[in-house]
Amino acid sequence: MNVAMMIPQRSLWDTVLPNLTILGIAIAAFLGVIFLIFVLAERASNNVQNILKYIVFLAPAALLLLIGLIYPAIRTLIFSFMNANSSEFVGFDNYTWAFTIPEIRIVLRNTLIWTLLVPILSTGLGLAIAYMTDRMKRAAVIKSLIFMPMAISFVGAGIIWRFVYTYEANVNRPEIGLLSSIWRAMEWEPRNWLLEAPLNTLLLIVVMVWIQTGFAMVVLSAAMRNIPDEITEAALLDGTSNFRRFTRITIPMIRATIVVVLTTITIGTLKVFDIVRTMTGGNFQTNVIANEMYSQSFRQMNYGTGSALAIILFVAIIPIIIYNVRQLRLERTER
Amino acid sequence: MSTLNRSRAKSAFSSPIASAAAVVIATLWTIPTFGLLISSIRPEQAINNSGWWTFFTNPEISFENYEKVLFQGTLIQPPMVQYFFNSLAITLPAVVFPITLAVFAAYALAWFDFKGRDFIFFSIFALQVVPLQLTLIPLLQLFAKGLSINGITIIPNLGITGTYIPIWIAHTIFGLPLAIFLLHNFLRQIPRELVEAAKVDGAGWFTMFRALIFPLSIPAIASFAIFQFLWVWNDLLVGLTFGAGSKEVAPMTVRLAEMVGTRGGGWEVLTAGAFVSTVVPLIVFFALQRYFVRGLLAGSVKG
Repeated sequence: MNVAMMIPQRSLWDTVLPNLTILGIAIAAFLGVIFLIFVLAERASNNVQNILKYIVFLAPAALLLLIGLIYPAIRTLIFSFMNANSSEFVGFDNYTWAFTIPEIRIVLRNTLIWTLLVPILSTGLGLAIAYMTDRMKRAAVIKSLIFMPMAISFVGAGIIWRFVYTYEANVNRPEIGLLSSIWRAMEWEPRNWLLEAPLNTLLLIVVMVWIQTGFAMVVLSAAMRNIPDEITEAALLDGTSNFRRFTRITIPMIRATIVVVLTTITIGTLKVFDIVRTMTGGNFQTNVIANEMYSQSFRQMNYGTGSALAIILFVAIIPIIIYNVRQLRLERTER
Repeated sequence: MSTLNRSRAKSAFSSPIASAAAVVIATLWTIPTFGLLISSIRPEQAINNSGWWTFFTNPEISFENYEKVLFQGTLIQPPMVQYFFNSLAITLPAVVFPITLAVFAAYALAWFDFKGRDFIFFSIFALQVVPLQLTLIPLLQLFAKGLSINGITIIPNLGITGTYIPIWIAHTIFGLPLAIFLLHNFLRQIPRELVEAAKVDGAGWFTMFRALIFPLSIPAIASFAIFQFLWVWNDLLVGLTFGAGSKEVAPMTVRLAEMVGTRGGGWEVLTAGAFVSTVVPLIVFFALQRYFVRGLLAGSVKG
């Protein structure tokens, strides 16, 4: 008798119903509690409300951030000076490890390449496309298509591009990957794209650029639309060439936005681990800090080295945080 | 007048070369996704034996891949449809919770007068870019063991590992800084006269929120909701670490990443699976693009 026959197949409804129930209960309970708080609080006297307002409006978010972000960050800092299972202090050993082991140095080098190339290429391309489509009719469709990868998960993007880079070792079989196929049609030497370092890192960077260019384009073209028409028209009357107008007017006028886009993409790039994980699993010398941090912490179960890598990642971001806070201060005082 | 100028400028500027280049780039940008979509509707042997572009000369359509990836599971491996609803069960609360708490906090930071307000605001702003990686291990331990300092239990072990609760809480925490920042910027723009008038009418802080602040902030909430929706739906890191490896709560991204890795990774299921996971954010994206862009422009800081 077939064993599979004996096991009752779970119907679709069996998987859907529990999830929908949990989902419904969670949202209803949450909103119910808030509704109740409001009903009660609105009846309270003004003095009570003056205290209650901090407890209801400010405290939940503040507590969550304190317990969920600030406290863990401090713990991670402490862990980074401890051994694998956080039982004793080891000083700077984990950091020495990170900067001396050849494998990890490759990881750091790759992360540096990512954080240099992705922001520059994405912002550059985004800027160019934004400028090309600035005064173009019916640019909406074009922009939507370039912006679309922003809606796709890094995992999904990883699969999409793995498919582009697929390589067929047997020359008698057809290539099913787009890139390899073009390569073969050109009769160039076949290459196993994702195995060849350092080419593979560049090919992974292409994926991130593919995603981020749309973001850069959208933000920069919004900035370009804010350039007063009079300025562009004056330049036009003077007979300024398109290229000069771009370098002398457009770029200086939107410089602040360009910096915002660059920093935003830099931060996103430092944190991204899904692409590398999906496409190469961090093998073949393509690993980056964010992925290695995950492997160290949850595969090797070494909280010491994992935390040290997280701290290195954070230290790389600190200048951007300081810059951002300064900018915000300036903006606020200008008002 | 200004529209006239604008359109005159338009015709004067649009160079055919630039337009052509833009079209070429847009096409290049779309081809990879398009190839995935085409492949997902081809029969298995066609995918593995010819490039997807041969579809145009020799079209063979089959929805078997979808049938296979969505509904065919084994005893230990649930089909993709289970993960689809897991993703849904993760995403909707993980959008509602942080937005509610964020609009509360934004209201407090924008309109309550208290000492340390600016300090809190700047701290939250700075927290936006803190990488999740920095918080993973301690936060996981918090969920697994509770929190005690010097033997004094502050948060007990709640026994919630392997449920949706840690995932919801984690997403809420990680979404809060950006949400508070964006909504705060928006709420500050509400005219002071409106708030003062409501006070004169005798509205307390709670009534004011319900009757005035909340209705006014709905557009901003909508923008951020889309942002958070896409972010949570597409997330891998949080689902992977806070899902505790449980198939019952793992989102689709986790399953996809698993399929790419060790087992069961034929292109026929990968392409169909990737498309299933992408279709919801794509619909949200194309339907609500305008709001999404607005949210993006308001706070392009988070990565």
